[in-house]
Amino acid sequence: MTFDQFLQYLFSGITSGSVYALTALGFTLVFNATQIINFSQGQLVMLGGMSAVGLYGLGVPLWGCFLGAVAIVVVVTIGFERIAIRPLLRKGVLAQIIATVGASFVFETAAMLIWGRDAVGLPPFTGEEPIHVAGATIVPQTLWVVGSTIVIVILLQVFYRKSLFGKAVRACAVDPTAARLQGISYSRVVVFSFALTGAISAAAGVMITPISFMGYHSGSLLGLKGFAAATLGGLGNPLGAVLGGFILGIVEALGVGVVSAGYKDAIAFVILLLVLFLRPAGLLGAKVVSRQ
Amino acid sequence: MTAVNPTLDFLRRHAGFLVFAVVVMTIPAYLSDSYYLSILAFMGTRFMMALGLSLLLGQAGQISLGQAAFVGIGAYGAAILTTKLGLNPWLAMILAAVLAAAIAGLVGMPTLRLKGYYLAMATLGVNEIIYILLVQLKSLTNGTDGISGIPSLSVGGLDLGGPKAYHLVVWGVALLMLRFCLNLTRSRVGRSLRALHRSEPAAQSLGVDTSYRKVQVFMLAAVFASIAGSFDAFYVHYISPESYTITFSIILITGVIIGGLGTIWGALWGTVAIVVLPELLKRLNDDITNLVFGVLLIFIMVVWQGRTQGLWQSLKSWMTRHTTGGGATPPGGSRPPGGSAPPGGAAPPGAEE
Repeated sequence: MTFDQFLQYLFSGITSGSVYALTALGFTLVFNATQIINFSQGQLVMLGGMSAVGLYGLGVPLWGCFLGAVAIVVVVTIGFERIAIRPLLRKGVLAQIIATVGASFVFETAAMLIWGRDAVGLPPFTGEEPIHVAGATIVPQTLWVVGSTIVIVILLQVFYRKSLFGKAVRACAVDPTAARLQGISYSRVVVFSFALTGAISAAAGVMITPISFMGYHSGSLLGLKGFAAATLGGLGNPLGAVLGGFILGIVEALGVGVVSAGYKDAIAFVILLLVLFLRPAGLLGAKVVSRQ
Repeated sequence: MTAVNPTLDFLRRHAGFLVFAVVVMTIPAYLSDSYYLSILAFMGTRFMMALGLSLLLGQAGQISLGQAAFVGIGAYGAAILTTKLGLNPWLAMILAAVLAAAIAGLVGMPTLRLKGYYLAMATLGVNEIIYILLVQLKSLTNGTDGISGIPSLSVGGLDLGGPKAYHLVVWGVALLMLRFCLNLTRSRVGRSLRALHRSEPAAQSLGVDTSYRKVQVFMLAAVFASIAGSFDAFYVHYISPESYTITFSIILITGVIIGGLGTIWGALWGTVAIVVLPELLKRLNDDITNLVFGVLLIFIMVVWQGRTQGLWQSLKSWMTRHTTGGGATPPGGSRPPGGSAPPGGAAPPGAEE
């Protein structure tokens, strides 16, 4: 592998890594608020991308598609929280897994019934003129994806560390009962976390659709990779999720260069299994993850 | 008034199983329609897969979202070993099952020590890896083209490929598995599984090696799935990777959930549901099946709420809560979702926790 090729793979890894990072953030936000792993997380990303394509087909301008997709997915996640999550809060891991798996089926089939079976794309946000950087080329959309991811991560950090409500959300992640005793509305925190997850997932979905196509079936793979990233970084740690996402994206891209593109999707699961074998707490995780 | 007749006692205790066995094994005597026979044969192998999952999910409270991977190992193992190496089909079936058990053990050992969702995600990942391997290892699996020309099962020169003979073989094996599972749930192992389902620390403190037991059941479920996959391959003579995706794994889970957790017989009703429902829904819309399955999964979970009682009891108490006067509040209502207070305000039905 020459340096130019290495750089090229690195750029593509950072791009897909951004999407994994945002997907992993979605897992983390929901997990911290509810201790639930949302098995339909990847489908939320898919819904974002597909809604944007649907809106674009109706003649909506790109920025409108972006905002519209975010709004649609936020509404969907709030409804999902209301119907399926709220009755199951603290009702056992098994019921929560099965209900969110059921939701993934619902989202996927609904997307197929509404938008059809074909994978679809979007035009890039700003032009297609590639930019040359030290022998490698990047499309402008990459800058959008990576830039927006960085902005989202920074905004989240500011929100969680500086604002009162952000601190309330963090308090709930540590101990919901103690947080409620301080007058924090736990159910509001949960709804908010779901809505925020919906928004971030939708944004990730819309941004990646111009680069890699989106189909009704893309969600499960994205979700699995997002979870692998979140586990790698340390489940429950937002910075770990972002770090895990970028590491996963880069390793995956370099793996394509070294091994073969056909096995690209298997890399994430090998990493997931290795982390579970060797260090279930992940890179930045301090929490004990053993049962109960 | 005298001592209990041992034969009668045996018949009474096993009445359900015996009646079912007789009914199933005599079906070929009066049913000759090959369409219905092949649906029944399909049901037989799905019943095997569901039985394993039912043990894992209903008894031990662990979830595998990658059962289709083990079905695929069974099918491809059988196909490759018979068509490429010319092995005896039965031997191929056994070797594939051993491989499935080994992979299950390898995945189960690290993940079953962790919380439930790690096993779920790891099995999803295994399912995805196996699917990728089936597509990519073209020299072995023919990629997306699949493998054709898989031989039929036979015993001593007697061909078992016909629908009636095959029905007897598949359901004969399925009945053996059912009997095994029924016995297991009544044994010490079964009790220790249910104990670790309710409270792992409590089971541990009573001397149950919970990790070991969970890995054991997980491997058993993988073996059942693998054997079922081999049977399918020998019956249809053709396999391709699309049959072994995560979607199929989730459909299997749906079957076990619809049938009801907590009883092995639930696997039977669930199997009937996942075979018959798609056939019925096809008349409405080809693609709507998974939507209905997804909605059912959510609905059943919201009703059941992870209690240790079975799904049917939960459904009954939910219905009474919602049809009688006091139960106007929807599940979850506007109450804070805290503590162990059940939604709807009624007294906890059979509070076992």
